[in-house]
Amino acid sequence: MSDIKFTIDGKECSAKSGQTIVEAAKDNGVYIPTLCHFDGLKPAGTCRICTVKVGGRNMAACTTPVTSGMVVENKTPELEDFRKAIIEMLFVEGNHMCPTCEKSGNCELQALGYRYQMMVPRFPFLFPKRAVDASSPKLYIDKNRCVQCLRCVRGITSADGRKVFGLVMRGGHAQISMDNELAAQLSDAEALKAMELCPVGAILRKEVGYAVPIGKRKYDKAPIGSEIEK
Amino acid sequence: MGRKITIEPVTRVEGHGKVTIQLDPQNNVTESRLHIVEFRGFERFVQGRPYWEAPVLVQRLCGICPVSHHLAAAKALDVIVGAGTESLTPTGEKMRRLMHFGQMFQSHALHFFHLVSPDLLFGVDGDPAIRNVIGVALMHKELAVQGVMMRKFGQEIIRATAGKKIHGTGAIPGGINKNLSIEERDEFLKGADPLNIDKMIEWSQGALDFFKDYHAKNTEWIDEFATFPSSHMSLVRKDGALDLYHGVLRAVDNDGKKILDDVDYQDYLQYVGEEVRSWSYMKFPYLKSIGKKDGWYRVGPLARLNVCDFIPTPLAQKEFEIFKAYTKGKPNGMSMHMHWARLIELLHSAEVMKELLNDPDLQKDDLVTKGTKCKEGVGLIEAPRGTLFHHYRINDDDQIEMANLIVSTTHNNEPMNRAVNWVANNVISGQAEVTEGMMNQVEVAIRAYDPCLSCATHAIGKMPLHVQLVDGEGNVLDEQYK
Repeated sequence: MSDIKFTIDGKECSAKSGQTIVEAAKDNGVYIPTLCHFDGLKPAGTCRICTVKVGGRNMAACTTPVTSGMVVENKTPELEDFRKAIIEMLFVEGNHMCPTCEKSGNCELQALGYRYQMMVPRFPFLFPKRAVDASSPKLYIDKNRCVQCLRCVRGITSADGRKVFGLVMRGGHAQISMDNELAAQLSDAEALKAMELCPVGAILRKEVGYAVPIGKRKYDKAPIGSEIEK
Repeated sequence: MGRKITIEPVTRVEGHGKVTIQLDPQNNVTESRLHIVEFRGFERFVQGRPYWEAPVLVQRLCGICPVSHHLAAAKALDVIVGAGTESLTPTGEKMRRLMHFGQMFQSHALHFFHLVSPDLLFGVDGDPAIRNVIGVALMHKELAVQGVMMRKFGQEIIRATAGKKIHGTGAIPGGINKNLSIEERDEFLKGADPLNIDKMIEWSQGALDFFKDYHAKNTEWIDEFATFPSSHMSLVRKDGALDLYHGVLRAVDNDGKKILDDVDYQDYLQYVGEEVRSWSYMKFPYLKSIGKKDGWYRVGPLARLNVCDFIPTPLAQKEFEIFKAYTKGKPNGMSMHMHWARLIELLHSAEVMKELLNDPDLQKDDLVTKGTKCKEGVGLIEAPRGTLFHHYRINDDDQIEMANLIVSTTHNNEPMNRAVNWVANNVISGQAEVTEGMMNQVEVAIRAYDPCLSCATHAIGKMPLHVQLVDGEGNVLDEQYK
């Protein structure tokens, strides 16, 4: 560990130079919930689940670097309710059918819903009309489930560095789109990576659903974040 | 002036239905109908979903026998992924069979102990305040505990094979996603009493003996109540054995003559049609070779024992021989004998589970097989309530573009209406007062078929509309059809 000292909810922590709050918190055994963040990808700060309070201001912990002496508030009732509200908003603005979704048990949004004990969303369901794109030979895109974290946009590129996924339209109409020509060139391993990169069930490999039995899925036994918390 | 009796909801059945019985001024029955008044619509909203999602999605039709839908859909998709109907790996097929017999066992136990036993223990006209599962628990505790524990055993088998007791994910196109561990197996084979397979076999035999004893003491009622001739249809193994998971279609008429035999169910549309009537969300299937009017048939435990030649497990076979001897080998048309047949199947299911649990194939790792993909497949299975059809067609992008489900209870639509009609004419018609006990007998007749009404309703969008304007005397003044 380097010499940057800071605190999270009063706990003395240390960070390496250049680390974000999320990264440093993880190294210090403190869980800050994330959804759009993925280790190794450039932070985007799109979902705001990781919002913490620094010096009285709300900050995205995945994009904010740690500074010496920083005092971070993380697990306060206000922030926890704020995060729960974001989770609820993500559920109501899409069409999420956990009971039949093959990502169930491996889905980060579902896992967050369980962790934050979401029962009934406080917001009305929007039931948007969203398309399914099944035209690619290897990948299946269900836009009903997309939370626009942009992990796929940032993480999946073709052999020559071109982006396979992109965001089209604006505002409430924005949606993920896939370049079918490039997607068709993905290897099976790259297609699997795209599926695993997606925190929800929006990007799925074709024809191999439900291969992992219940009980052996990522969040069947322990809640999300428990692998970090010490 | 005539009057109408309405029984709504029909109780101690799965799903929601109602019965109407029309009486003339002399209290004679002029018409009786079982109406299915809920709607599901799975055939429509499964369209556009990826095909491999179907076994998990469509099983949500039901919370009682989701395994049957799960497996019927998986069997249809086996055909689509090129695994065929008989090319699964031994582990894939046997795990599915174990799941299926666990389902059959828990569903039959639920029906007999929870839904039917109150009528037998307290009488069909007994006090409704105790003529229910709570009354059984209070006054026949041992029987109630057996019912609960047998259901639990079956549910645990489902959990071990499908991942969850209700709405699991075990069956996938071309096979299964897990095997059975030694620890799981031993829990079922050697578990502490009563949750082990030997106790389940003993209790199944006990339930059967209970019914046979009741039958001996109430022979006239059990044999006459809602009895009528019909054809019967079910899957049978190619050699004629009872097989609840896979086989060929066979149908026999009331004399035992084969109407269908050795039919590959991929061709079911050549043999089975469905009629829509204006007053019910449930369709009326019929055998095309006989036609809409007389082509109806029964499915379920009674039909299966009427159709098969033998049962391939020793204890159930012994009971089957007694059952067949009672009608001198002829098909049995007695609705209340459905319970007898169901309990023989309960015993058979327990025996098959024991065989499978002792099979080392369940611990192997070769779980899935695939071949050349095609666009269309049909899956058939004998669900607890009868023959279940799942038929899917997919497009070039692997999305389902057509789904057709013919659910067990749907086949029994006409028979249940006949049973209701029998009670209306033989118990209610002409009586000065219609008692609660009489009305319960209508439900007893329906209950014998163990209908799952929620699964069986698909007719929306295809229903003809028939509106009648009726005056105070019941005369039709005007009517319109759509």
